[in-house]
Parts: sequence; structure tokens; C-alpha cells
Amino acid sequence: MSEMLEGWPLLSILTFLPAAGAIWVMAARAMSPGENPGFDRGVRLITLIVTLATFAASLVVLAAFDHENPDYQFVENVPWAFGIAYRMGVDSMAMSLIVLTTFLTPLCILASWSIDKQVSSYMVLFLILETLMIGVFCAQDIILFYLFFEGGLIPMFILIGVWGGSRRVYAAFKFFLYTLLGSLLMLVAIVAIISIAGTSSIPELTAYARQTGFDADLQIWLWLAFFASFAVKMPMWPVHTWLPDAHVEAPTAASVVLAAILLKMGGYGFLRFSLPMFPDASHFFTPMVFALSVVAIVWASLVAFRQLDIKKLIAYSSVAHMGFVTMGIFSGNMQGVQGAIFQMLSHGVISGALFLCVGVVYDRMHTREIAFYGGLVNRMPVYAAIFMLFTLGNVGLPGTSGFPGEILTMVGAFQVNAWVAAGAALGVILSAAYALTLYRKVAFGVIENPKLAGITDLDGREWITFAPLVIATLVMGLAPSLVFDFTHASAEAVVNAFAGNAP
Amino acid sequence: MQFSPEVLIVLAPLFAAAFAGLFQRFIGDRAAMAVTTASVGLSLALSLPIFADFVWGEGHERTIELFRFIDVAGFTSTWSVRIDALSAIMLVVVNSVSFLVHVYSIGYMAEDPHRARFFSYLSFFTFSMLALVTANDFLQLFFGWEGVGVASYLLIGFWFKKRSANDAAIKAFVVNRVGDFGFALGIMAAFFCYGSIQFDEVFHAAAANPNMMLGVGDIQFKAVETIAFLLFIGAMGKSAQFFLHVWLPDAMEGPTPVSALIHAATMVTAGVFMVCRAGELYHLAPLASGFVTIVGAITALFAATVGLAQNDIKRVVAYSTCSQLGYMFFAAGVGAYNAAMFHLFTHAFFKALLFLGAGSVIHGLHHEQDMRYMGGVRKPMPITWAMMLIGTFALIGFGLPIEGFKIGFAGFYSKDAIIEAAYGSHGIGAQFAFWCGVTAALLTSFYSWRLAFMTFEGKFRPNPHARHDDHDAHAHDDHHAPADGSAPAHESPWIMLAPLFVLAAGAIFAGAVFYPYFLGYKAEEFWGHAIPLEHGHHDFPVWVLWAPVVVTVTGFLLAVIFYLWQPGAPKAMAKGPAHAFLFNKWYFDEFYDFVFVKGARALGDLFWKVGDQKVIDGLGPDGVASSSRFLSRALRRVQTGFVYHYSFLMLIAAIAFGGYALLAGVGGGR
Repeated sequence: MSEMLEGWPLLSILTFLPAAGAIWVMAARAMSPGENPGFDRGVRLITLIVTLATFAASLVVLAAFDHENPDYQFVENVPWAFGIAYRMGVDSMAMSLIVLTTFLTPLCILASWSIDKQVSSYMVLFLILETLMIGVFCAQDIILFYLFFEGGLIPMFILIGVWGGSRRVYAAFKFFLYTLLGSLLMLVAIVAIISIAGTSSIPELTAYARQTGFDADLQIWLWLAFFASFAVKMPMWPVHTWLPDAHVEAPTAASVVLAAILLKMGGYGFLRFSLPMFPDASHFFTPMVFALSVVAIVWASLVAFRQLDIKKLIAYSSVAHMGFVTMGIFSGNMQGVQGAIFQMLSHGVISGALFLCVGVVYDRMHTREIAFYGGLVNRMPVYAAIFMLFTLGNVGLPGTSGFPGEILTMVGAFQVNAWVAAGAALGVILSAAYALTLYRKVAFGVIENPKLAGITDLDGREWITFAPLVIATLVMGLAPSLVFDFTHASAEAVVNAFAGNAP
Repeated sequence: MQFSPEVLIVLAPLFAAAFAGLFQRFIGDRAAMAVTTASVGLSLALSLPIFADFVWGEGHERTIELFRFIDVAGFTSTWSVRIDALSAIMLVVVNSVSFLVHVYSIGYMAEDPHRARFFSYLSFFTFSMLALVTANDFLQLFFGWEGVGVASYLLIGFWFKKRSANDAAIKAFVVNRVGDFGFALGIMAAFFCYGSIQFDEVFHAAAANPNMMLGVGDIQFKAVETIAFLLFIGAMGKSAQFFLHVWLPDAMEGPTPVSALIHAATMVTAGVFMVCRAGELYHLAPLASGFVTIVGAITALFAATVGLAQNDIKRVVAYSTCSQLGYMFFAAGVGAYNAAMFHLFTHAFFKALLFLGAGSVIHGLHHEQDMRYMGGVRKPMPITWAMMLIGTFALIGFGLPIEGFKIGFAGFYSKDAIIEAAYGSHGIGAQFAFWCGVTAALLTSFYSWRLAFMTFEGKFRPNPHARHDDHDAHAHDDHHAPADGSAPAHESPWIMLAPLFVLAAGAIFAGAVFYPYFLGYKAEEFWGHAIPLEHGHHDFPVWVLWAPVVVTVTGFLLAVIFYLWQPGAPKAMAKGPAHAFLFNKWYFDEFYDFVFVKGARALGDLFWKVGDQKVIDGLGPDGVASSSRFLSRALRRVQTGFVYHYSFLMLIAAIAFGGYALLAGVGGGR
């Protein structure tokens, strides 16, 4: 198969397929004569087909991908000007995140079926967003990476600002402010490392860092500048407060993408840049990252326990789960890094599914207030069963995908500092408390709110949306080795770079 | 990957649970019940020959490996079925009790509209428990450990409309998670020290280097002691030991068959099983073993005192379970792993019998659980009475310890072996445990007979607050007490009584038949490499042998005095502060609620409303926003416009970023 695909710019096709879809939608809109009731349906269908095609394309790339090879694959290199090039290429870590992206986007489109305000604009933005997200993981030039990385902000900002809830302006503003400030610092650092190393190619920068190395004092500043951007994206404590607000106001599908993919860019950034390029500074800052991770886990879990809004609760639980990721990454050993990658993928599936679960009841009742609900299991047994599965996944139950990442990041941290693992393990207790309490309040009991008396169980479209997520959660939970074997090579590369070993 | 009968034992209940759970709407309740019950029956049928092989045959220890679960740089776990004497015992205990409880539930849950779901959960529980006991490494053990926890959570909260049931379910899960906190850290510590989580590799590594130290920060701990201690924290949660016992009495909110299966015979004994499975570690860890002994001894005594003052029939049995688990732990703590496992084995039969018997009484009395509103049940329910009597004799460990002519009920063999082992041990806390064990035996006898007398003897005492409205289904019965003072109850159907007969047979004979293999002259052959065995024979003073008998009879006589001859005496005592202390379970719930639940809420509010909203947002974005109002106003104006504006903004931003980056790259580059 790989011979057949030889010479094709596979990653560019994959990346820009959704953008081509966006152009298709825009062209259709330009040509559509006036008001047409069937138009919105057609747009939805086109978008779904395009995102499914993108998923299929990513599977083709996946099939051709050699996961035992630690090098970047499917490399494309088209020089621009001034030594900056359009470089694409993926390793197994990037590949796994790309598949996560292409897997979730069609489900997001399905979940957006109920959007009826400016449908074509919404779908165009979503398709552009997908291109930018895939681009982030494909980019092998740091400037290109930066363009994709920051570009993703804009469609998300608009999705929240236009299709969001009542406080959408505040939320969008907060989101933009935080991420932009972090990004500007990173941009300065990018410029600095390009001028020092004389290249903007990520593999060359990594090689430079390994052979020559950036000056140790300078590394501190560069690391901090990158950290500013990635910590906000993760988000780490104490720059996490934009996330709950953004989630609460965002439309369901935007929440899914935000939690499942955009947050992962922070973790990806740490693994791609901070550890391999600034190993000395990473070692220096490890205690700080550990401390922030544990604080995030405990703090966010306790705050989640007190939330009155379902989405806010899940958003805070995301902050806690991302704490495991940062802890695992900076433990710098195989268990920690593999666990962190796994936790990112698993959180993508589980938090995405949980936000979809909220979307199901929000579509019906137009409120996310926990107190409004109660006793849903009486009317919605299938929904309740699915919600239970993902709640248990969120709690990190073995057998679901929530477990391997959590335990491995803790195993990794234990080898560096057992107290850190112990602190993180507190989060395992707290997650059970807040997640099961939420479930009791929403699903168990009797229906007391008369408005819920006519609520209906999942329809066919929702079944199709959830089924792949259920399967993914269980498969990743019962046979996580499939993922670990796949991401082994790039995790090893990160660990070696961090430890200062030659590959 | 190989497929064999051993694998089928574990997987059959999983398939049945999935089938019944997923297709309940299409196949109906009867098919769901048939499939799940048959699958566990199959597992039982396949387990019995394995157990028989260890008892009467060669005893082939073996491990069947299926496929890798996790394998990351030495942190390796493989889905396996490990067969040795230890897991063979558990296979029989789990499958036999589970099968009988499935059968019993067909009768007990006959009127429940969610029977299919119930049976699906029961089978799922059975699968998780089997995965736990056949694990070959700590991670699969942990998988089963959490799996049974979830099954327990789902079944305690099975009647999801009841708030109290939901709260009890969450409490059970969260308290168990506190234990898991220790358990997970124990696994991590084992991996850190020994580079493996596979049982035999860990045990060999620990034995090869018993003085290894584990540095945590600046503090050095002895590795094997730390690991054993942390693992035991998990066992304390799962097996409801002192400090982490608070969930077990509340778990009685679940249907009674669940209490019998999960909260008496199997799941709660997982902690004991784990300590015995890791016996090779505890063997090397005298301090941690001492801790196990002391916690077990305190639990044995503490739970027995609380059991004296409870009125809910199921809660009495629950505290009794808690207390008996304490016996098992202090046996393991003093190194008598075989005695601990033997008591686990016999206890499974007689405690399941007592629970299912109590369920039969509750069923017969239209879901009355308060013993103050029972009495006179013997006449209408003679079979249940006889079965409960057998269970009581087995629980109090009735028997005659005459040298060369030992004879008694099942509990007699195992409990006396534990008390003797504690007396004969020089381990930390062993003598303390001995005295706790003897005292608890007195209390056990008293509360067991109190239960028997309050329930079955005397005149029926109707409940003045009875709610007849919620059980219309029982309309075929007369709700008015018969004139002779017996209770207005009915004997349970045969499908519920038949399992009692089987369990009663176990409660009578299991001790005498299997004593030689677990503890006697055939023990070494039976156990093989499964657990470390204490060598050397102890000769105990005669008073040690007879002490349990004496206290048991004393407890019986006291119960006769208080509950048959002088029924007014307990009521007078019930007014005292000592009774209130016991009745309120030493005020553990109140204390925990105040410190942990209220504490977590207060901290959560503090972090949220002060930390996040005032400090972080106040200094961060909100502060910036208020100082630059024009920006937010500008943004507000932009957002009211059309998407085209945004696209334009996006374009400008992208060009600006890109252009700046390009220029800067040139400037500094070459």
C-alpha cells in the first residue's frame, strides 16, 4: 500500500481536505439562488461527507504509517522564502492525535445537526478549524506550526462568540485574551530560536538542541515563553479559569473540539518543543510543573464538586485530568510520557463524549443547570447507560480508557517523586465523588420536574454519534497496548531527548 | 493466546452479563435470568473439578495467558487466569455462592420490573470477582478490584429512586476509592522497587533483597514494609476494616441477595484474599503484618460491639461480617494465611446463609427489616428458622475441641484455628488480637442469639409506622396478626429455600471435611506454592482451646436472659449513653461527614469563589477587562456583526503573525 501512495503529498491532502470542503460549501452558498429551505440540510450533509472522507483519508495514512520507525514520515518540503519552508511530516504521536481529530470531527458535525442559525457559516468555520487542527500536528516547520496553532484560535473564538450562550462575549473575550497573551510570548521565543539555530525546521531544531544545545540560561527564558502558551492551552493552574467559561458558553460541538483537541495542543507542544529542545530548563522546572499539576488536580476536583452547571463541572474535571498529562510528561520516563499521550487520547474521547451527553439534554431542555434535572433514567434508559459508561471513564475505571493513562502517569511520577504521585492519587478519590454525585443528581431518583415528563430517549442520529465513542472507550480500556505499541517510538524519542541520550 | 475451560470460567458470566444487559428489551426478563444463571452455573461446574484436583488430586498450578493488557517499559500486565490452591478456593466460593444467589434472586426479585438489569449486574459482578481472583499480576487484580467496586455501586443503588440507596452507593464507591488510593500507590511502589508488577517476580525480588530501602523525598522507608502497608490500605477499604468500614452497613440499602453475595461472601473478602495472595510480601514485613493484626483485631471487636445495638436485621449481619473479616485479617497478620483463607471459605457459606435467611424473613414479612417489629416468625416460617439456626451455630463457631475428637459446625474449625494461631504467634499485636478475638466471640454469640430470638421467638410486635401502601402485591396475605402471637408471615417459595439448603450443608460440613486440607496434615500438599505456610506444631494450653467454647455458651445464656426471660431489660438499657454510643456506631459517620464531606465542600467553595473568581480572575482577565473597557466594547460591537467581519479579522491576524514572523526570522537569522 505504501508503494502505491509513494509520491503523493498525503499530509497536505489530509490537512486541506476539510478546507476544500469549506470552499465547496461557500461556493454552493454563492450559487444558491436566494432562500432555499433544503439548503441547510444539504450543507450539513456536505460537511458530514467531507469530514468522513477526511477520517477515511487519515485511516489510509495510518495504514501506510510505520509505527516502528521513530522518524518523521510522509515528509513534504516546499521551500518558501528566507529559509522557511512548508514542511509536513508526522511521527506516531502526531499521527495518533490526527486520527483522534478526524475521528471526532464527523461526530461533532452530527451533534451540530440542531444548529439552525447561519448553518453554512458554522459549517465553514468547523471545516476550517479541522484543517488547522490537523495542520498543527503535521507541521514540521515551527513557523507553519505557529500559524496553524494560532489560526485555530480564530474559528473557535467565532464559534463561541456567535453560536454561544448568553455570556458568550465575556467567555470569548477571556478565551482570546488568555491564549493570545501566551502565544505572543511563544512567538518571541520562536523568533529567538530560529535566529540562534539558523533553521525553522522542527527536526533540525531538535537535532541542534541535541548536538549543540541552547545556552542553559537562555533555555530558562525560552522554556518559560513556550510554557506561557502551552500552559494556557492545557490549561494548567492558575491560568485555567478561561476554560469553564468558554465551555459553558460554547455550542456543544465547539465544546467537544475544545476539550478533545485544542487542549491537547498544549501537551503536544510540551512533548514536541519543551522537552526535546530545552531539556536543561525542563529538568530545572520539573518541580514547578509537578507542583502546578498536583494543585490543578486537587483544586479543580474540589471546585468541580461544587458546580451547579453540568458543563462547568465537566470543564473543571478536564482541568484535573490535564494535570495528569503535565505530570506524566515531565516525569520524563517511558511510563509517564506514554501515559500522558494515552491520557490525552482518552480524555479526547471521554470528555468529548461527556460534552455530547450534556448536549443531548441541552438540546431538549435548553438548560445545563444540574438542579433542573433528576430521574432521567426513568425516561431515558439508553442515555443513562451511555452517560454512566462515560462517567465511569471519567472516574478512571479500569476497563475504560480513563484508567491506563492515569495509572501510568502516576507510575511515571512515582519514580521521580512519590509525593507527587500521592498528591495526584487524591484526585482519583475526588473524581469519584464529583462524577458520581453529578450522575446521581441528573440521572437517578424520580422525575420531580414536570418539564422533564415528556423528555425522550436518544434518537437514531444520537445513537450513531455515541456508538463509536463507546467502542473507542472500551477498546482503549481493555487493550490499551494497541495504543502504547503505536506511540512507543515517539515516546522513546522524547524520553531520550529529555534524558540527553543519543537516540 | 489460548482458550481453555479456565478462561471460560471467567468469561462466561461476562458474556451473559453483556447479553442480558444489552438485549434485555428483546429477550425479556426470563431469558435474561436464564442466561445469566446458566452461565454462572457453567462456571461453577467447570470450577469444581479444579478445586477437587487440588483437594484430592495432584493440584496442577498453572497460568493461562490471554493477551497483553499494558506493556510499557517493564510495567507489564497480561490478561491471565492463574490457577493454584488459592484461586481454586476462590473460584468455588465465588461461583457457588453466586450461582445460589442467582437462583434465589429468581424468587426474591420476582416482582421487580428491572430484573434483567439486576441479573446482568450480578453476572458482571461475578466476572469481575473471577478476574480478581485469577489475576497473575497486581494490575489485573486492581482491574477486578475496581470492577467489583462498580458492580457493588450499581447494585447498592439498584433501586435508583431511593435517595438513601443512591447515597449509600456513592459512599461505598468513594470510601473504597480511599482504600484504592493506598492500593494504587502500593502497586507503584512495587514497580519502582522491583521493576515488575507480576506476582511471582515481585515476590522473588522482595525475597532476594528483603532489606531494600525506598526513598520518598528525603525519607527512607523499608521497601517491603511500605508496599505491604500501602496494599493493606486498599484491603481496609474493600473489606470494610476499622476507619474504612463506614460504607458496609449503608450498603444494606441494596437488595438482600446482593448483600449475601457481595457484602458477605465474596467482594468484601477480596482484601483478605489479596493479603494472602501477597503473603510472600507480608511474610517479610513484620511491621506491616503487625498493623494488619491490630486493625483486624480492633475491627473484630469494634464491629461486634456495634452489632449488639442495631435493630435492622441486615445491619446486624453486616456488622457481623465486618467483625468476621477482622478475624480473617488478624489471622493473616500473624502469618496464619491458611487459617484466614479457611475462615473466608467457611464464612462464605454460613454468612450467605444468614443473609439469604434474613432476606427470606424480610420477604415473608413484606419488607420489614426492623427486628423490633418482628417476633413469632418461627411458626409461619419453620424452614427459614431452621436454616437460620444452622447459620447461627456456624457463625458462633459451636463445637467441641476435644483432642482427637474435634467436632462442630464449619465456623468452629476456622475460628478456633484463628484464635489459636494468634495465641501461638510472637508477631506484633498477636496477644492483643487473641484477647480481642475471644471477647468478640462472646459478643458474636450474644448478638447472634439476640437476632434469632428477636426475630423468631416471642410474640409478633407489629410496626406502628408500617406503610402498607407500597406493597400491594402482597395483598394475598392477611396483614393482621394471628391470635396465637405468631407473625403474619408466609414461608418463602422453594426457589428461595433450595439455595438455603445447599448453603446450610456447607455451614455444617465445610469445616470438618476440609480441615485436614486447609490446616491439617494434608495442608502442605494442598497449598503447594500458593501461600507461605507456618511450620511447626503448637501445643496449646487447655484453657486456650476451651475459651471460645466457654464464651460462646456465656453469650448464649446472656441472650436467653435478656431476650427470652427478661424482655424488659434491653429496653431499660437502651436509654443509657453506652447504648447510644453503640447504636450510633461510635459516631463515625457524624465525624467523617463533618471533617471530610463538609471539609471538601468548604474547600471547594473557597477555591472556586475566592480562589478562581476573586483572586485569579480578579487579578487576571477581569482586572484587565475593567481597566480597558474600550477593548471589550469594541469586541462587543464586532461580535454583533456578521461572520464576514470575523473572517476578515482572521485574515488580518494571520497575515500579521506570518509577516512578522518572516521578517523577524530574516532579521536575526543569517
